[in-house]
Amino acid sequence: MKLAAQVIDLQKHYDLGPVVVKALRGVSIDFPEGDFVAIMGSSGSGKSTLLNLLGGLDRPSMGKYILGGLDVSQMSDTQLSNVRNQKIGFIFQSYNLITQYTVLENIELPLHYRPGHPSVSAADRKKCEEMAIRVGLGQRLDHRPFQLSGGQQQRVAIARAMMNEPEIILADEATGNLDSVTSTEIMTLLRNLNDEGRTIIMVTHEPDIAMWAKRQIVMRDGVVFKEIKNEVRTTAPTAFAESSDKAFVEHELGKKPAGEGKH
Amino acid sequence: MLMRMIRTVQLGLKSLLLHKLRSGLTMLGIVFGVFSVIAMLAIGEGASNQAQKQIVALGATNIIVRSIKPVEGSTQDANSGGTPRYGLLRSDLRRLQNTIPEVVSAIPIRELYREARHLKYTMQSRLVGCTPEYQDLNQLKIRKGRFLSDADRQTRANVVVLAHEVAKKLFPVEDPLDNQAIQVGEIFYSVIGVTEPRTASAAIGGSLSAQEFDKDLYIPIETFRARIGDQVFSPKQGGMDSEHVELNQITLEVRDVKDVIPTAEVVRGTLEKFHPMKDFNVVVPLELLKQAEQLRQIFNVVLGSIAAISLVVGGIGIMNIMLATVTERTREIGIRRALGARRRDIIEQFLTETVVLSGSGGLLGIGLGLITPLAFTLIRDFTLRFVLDGGTLSDTSKMFQEMQPVVAFWSLPLAFGISVGIGILFGLYPAQAAAKLDPIEALRHE
Ligand SMILES: Nc1ncnc2c1ncn2[C@@H]1O[C@H](COP(=O)(O)OP(=O)(O)O)[C@@H](O)[C@H]1O
Ligand SMILES: [Mg+2]
Repeated sequence: MKLAAQVIDLQKHYDLGPVVVKALRGVSIDFPEGDFVAIMGSSGSGKSTLLNLLGGLDRPSMGKYILGGLDVSQMSDTQLSNVRNQKIGFIFQSYNLITQYTVLENIELPLHYRPGHPSVSAADRKKCEEMAIRVGLGQRLDHRPFQLSGGQQQRVAIARAMMNEPEIILADEATGNLDSVTSTEIMTLLRNLNDEGRTIIMVTHEPDIAMWAKRQIVMRDGVVFKEIKNEVRTTAPTAFAESSDKAFVEHELGKKPAGEGKH
Repeated sequence: MLMRMIRTVQLGLKSLLLHKLRSGLTMLGIVFGVFSVIAMLAIGEGASNQAQKQIVALGATNIIVRSIKPVEGSTQDANSGGTPRYGLLRSDLRRLQNTIPEVVSAIPIRELYREARHLKYTMQSRLVGCTPEYQDLNQLKIRKGRFLSDADRQTRANVVVLAHEVAKKLFPVEDPLDNQAIQVGEIFYSVIGVTEPRTASAAIGGSLSAQEFDKDLYIPIETFRARIGDQVFSPKQGGMDSEHVELNQITLEVRDVKDVIPTAEVVRGTLEKFHPMKDFNVVVPLELLKQAEQLRQIFNVVLGSIAAISLVVGGIGIMNIMLATVTERTREIGIRRALGARRRDIIEQFLTETVVLSGSGGLLGIGLGLITPLAFTLIRDFTLRFVLDGGTLSDTSKMFQEMQPVVAFWSLPLAFGISVGIGILFGLYPAQAAAKLDPIEALRHE
């Protein structure tokens, strides 16, 4: 099976002068394409550190990180920026939208940092709109983040993460700030993306949320403590999936006459 | 590339508009900096134009020799029994005229401050004994009648040409040319002409005092000699003061501009032989012109530097705000970096914002600068009317009174360039600080 990402004996040390904090002490994991992994573990076990390395936000102290067949562990800052832009989609706990931008402008943002800086074409814009519709925000293209609920903001973040068709989607506590109903909506969206073949790696400390993944990797003290395969995965209630995603998309795209879709 | 630049500028404008008040206040520093650069240069330019005009009016090919009263006690009393005797002599005039080939003409004057009277009207005036050439030399225009003629000189006629002011004062009702005469001392002169008003020439760097033409009475120099003579008496506390002067001034005209300065040297040398007392003074307008040019450059540099300081202050204001902005937007920087922005992109973004800020400030400053001449005139007129009393003005203020600032065309692109430069200079550090932020730290901010 082809690997989307692979880490080999990954280590990350923080030199704080008198002490060296070893946040990761040799982590090796294979992430095949289409994987959906939940990284679990107690606070301070190194989950975020691992995710930051996977996202190319930082370089490992030792070890190797292969992303889409490319060794990114010793890349320059500029190269890493391009990797983040092209191969990674980030979803954060606190959404991290740019407050002064509209929904559409936020979704468009990764396009402006494409390597070589091609200008954003009409086709690109259309794609952004479709992506917004896809996550159920077709009616709110001109809204600003503060006019949206947490769930809606996270949808914008998901649409934004998808814009450059990334190799992997990384989510750090993506549902950490959301109530359970909204969490289910967001997880449904991620699940649908994964069903389409997108590789997703998410950090969570909520067992419920972890059950949406194909497998769980539990970290402890900077190493992989154990790996659990989710025999029974959580899936969205059918009706819910319909309403929040598919039906909505059809409605937005005008496949059904307006007003008939449930919204 | 162009598209991207336009977009970056749009983005810059957008985030500046987000904090309108703050951006506006920050911009104000640059606005006033640029405004003062333009205004200072305009005023400097105006002042030097003014000085040049006056020097040119004195004639670039002229050499002016004036009598000066030597310090007390060193005067030559031999011939006049206690009456101090000094200054240029008629023999000097002939000598200069005849021995220096470069001298085309030599125009003498003799002057005296006296009260002029007509009926009950009196006025303190300057009685000028001169020749017909004096009119051209000082660009005097005749309003009524005529100026002095050679015939007046030959006949030593008791005729007088009145300056406009004098005519007004002595003849408030009557026509001064209607067979009228005025009295100066014991002597009556018939009025043959009245001049147009002429603005005073300012003093030039201490070497030539200001000359007012308003209070002048022009009579033929031969008449002056015949009726008044060289020795004149003036009332003084507890008696009479007297002095013996032949000529007060000789204006020499030199054939060619390039001969002016060497000729002035020859003139000095010639006169020094006969005037060991140094009771004369040679003024060369051309030299003054050159000095004025140098002065103007110094003036521009000094004024420019003062303005530059305000620009630097404006730049520091911008830098301060941009540093605050970077801190405030650390999270945004983290987000952009996570989405693939390179360090260069971040630098570009913040630098553009600063430059847009300072550049717009520059444009506003240029707009303000363009109205400098108008504003200057308004403020000056207001000051003259309500704050200062016109009569107490010194010579320099008189010059200021007539000065018109001129916005130098070249100062506009210069000022704009400087404001953009300030933006880059003071924006670079905050932009680099933004780009250097660690993406992870930045994302964790707040
Ligand atoms: N920038 C840093 N400097 C120093 N120590 C750090 C830094 N980031 C993380 N750590 C340390 O590394 C360890 C792992 O942290 P983290 O990956 O954030 O854990 P988790 O996300 O599992 O709670 C913790 O002990 C933390 O204090
Ligand atoms: Mg964490």
